[in-house]
Amino acid sequence: MDARERMIRRAALEIGAGMTVNLGIGLPTRVIDHVDHGVPVCLHSENGIAGVGPGVDYERADRNLIDAGGAYVSTLPGTAFFDSAVSFALVRRGRLDLTVLGAFEVAMNGDLANWMIPGLFTPGVGGGMELAQKARRVVVMMTHCDKQGRSKIVRECSLPLTAKACVDRIYTELAVIDVDGGALWLRELADGVSVDEVVAATGAPLQVPEEKLPTF
Amino acid sequence: MAAQIVDIESAIAAIGDGASVMIGGFGVPGTPFCLLDELVRQGQKGLTLIKNDANEKGMGVDRLLRNGQVKRLIVSHLGLNSNAIEMMNRGRIEVELCPQGILAERIRNAGGGLFGFLTDIGIDTVLAEGKPRFEIDGRELMLERPLRADFALLHAASADPLGNLVYAAAAQNFNPLMAMAADHVIAEAERVTDPGELAPATIHTPAPFVDRLVQLAELTENYGVIRR
Repeated sequence: MDARERMIRRAALEIGAGMTVNLGIGLPTRVIDHVDHGVPVCLHSENGIAGVGPGVDYERADRNLIDAGGAYVSTLPGTAFFDSAVSFALVRRGRLDLTVLGAFEVAMNGDLANWMIPGLFTPGVGGGMELAQKARRVVVMMTHCDKQGRSKIVRECSLPLTAKACVDRIYTELAVIDVDGGALWLRELADGVSVDEVVAATGAPLQVPEEKLPTF
Repeated sequence: MAAQIVDIESAIAAIGDGASVMIGGFGVPGTPFCLLDELVRQGQKGLTLIKNDANEKGMGVDRLLRNGQVKRLIVSHLGLNSNAIEMMNRGRIEVELCPQGILAERIRNAGGGLFGFLTDIGIDTVLAEGKPRFEIDGRELMLERPLRADFALLHAASADPLGNLVYAAAAQNFNPLMAMAADHVIAEAERVTDPGELAPATIHTPAPFVDRLVQLAELTENYGVIRR
C-alpha cells in the first residue's frame, strides 16, 4: 500500500458509527472505501442526499443519481433526497459531525484556502465555505507539499481564504498534525518517515512531543 | 391557478433579450436541456443566467455561452466547465460566485417574498466585499440580498395537467426553489400524468407556481448517463 493509500486509510478512522459526514470532492470521497461496511454512517452530499450509497458503474447508473462530484452513486435503505436549501440547512445548523476536505493551503491557526488560485484556477467555492465554517469537525486531507515542492502547511495563507481558523486536523502522506490553540502539533508519522523530514517539509513551526509518535 | 400546457417554441419565445433566467439542475440531474436548446435556437441575447453550475462543455448552459447569448452568470461553481472559466478569465462574461447554500437561500428568500437575510458564511473571505455588516447579539453578520429572476426554467420527472411537479432523486436541487423565485416559471416534464394521478403529499412544487408546462416528446442524449 503506497503512502497516499495509507493516508486515506488513516483518515478513515475519523469516521465512527452513527456519524453524519460530508466528504469533499476528489481524494476525500475515497475515505469511505476504508470504513467497515458494518459501521452505520450517513454520508451527506451537497446536491441533496443524506445516506449516499456506494458508487455504481455506468451500466447500473441512474441518470438522476449523482453525488456532488458528479459520480454515479446508489441508494441505501433510509436514503433521503431533498432540495439545495434543505441540504445546506443541514450543514449550517451543525448537523454534520465531520467533513473531510482537500486544500491548497492550511495555516498554523487553522485558516483554510481551498477554492481559488487567482488568475490560474477559479472554479468557484461550491459548498466549501459552509462546510468549513459549520461542520462540527473539519479535517483536511492533502499532499504535504505542492507540485513545486512547497509546503502547503504555512504560517499564513497567501491564497484567498475559504474560512478562518476552521481546520482541526491535517492528514498528509507524511504525518497527522493537529491544529490547536493557534499552533501545529505533530501527532503521528507515516511509516518510515522521521520527525526531521516532517519538520523540514512543513512551512510553519511544528510542536513535537517528547514521546515516541505512533505511525500509520 | 393552473399552468398552460404549451409547445416548447412558444414557451421560450416569451423570453426577451436581456432577461434574467434561473435554470434548475446540479450537473445533469434536473437541468432542462430541451428548454435550453430551444433558447439557443431562438438566440435571445444579453441574458443573465442563475444556476448552480455551468454544466459541462458542449451541453446546457455551455451552448448558450458559446453562442454569445450570456452577459452575466450567477453560480456557485464552474469547476466542470473549462470553457466557462476561460470566458470568465478573459472577461467575455461577468461571473458572480456565491456559496452554494447561500445561493439556494437567496433564491428561496426571494421566493418567500422576503427582502434579505443575515449570515456569517464567507464573512472572512473576498466574497464579503461590499456587503453591509450588522452586529446582532454580539455576532458579526452580513446582509445577503434576495435573488429573483424574470424566468425560471425547470425540469420535472412528472407533472399533472395543472402543473404540479415531481422531481426524480437528486434532480430536485435548485428546481423547487427557483419555481418560487421567478415571475414566469416554465417547466418541462418527462411525463404529464392524468389529472389526480400524482399523490398530493408527493408533490414537490405546487401548481400555482408554474405558468407554462412543456411535455417532452423524448429526451436528448444530454439527459443520459455521461461516460467520462
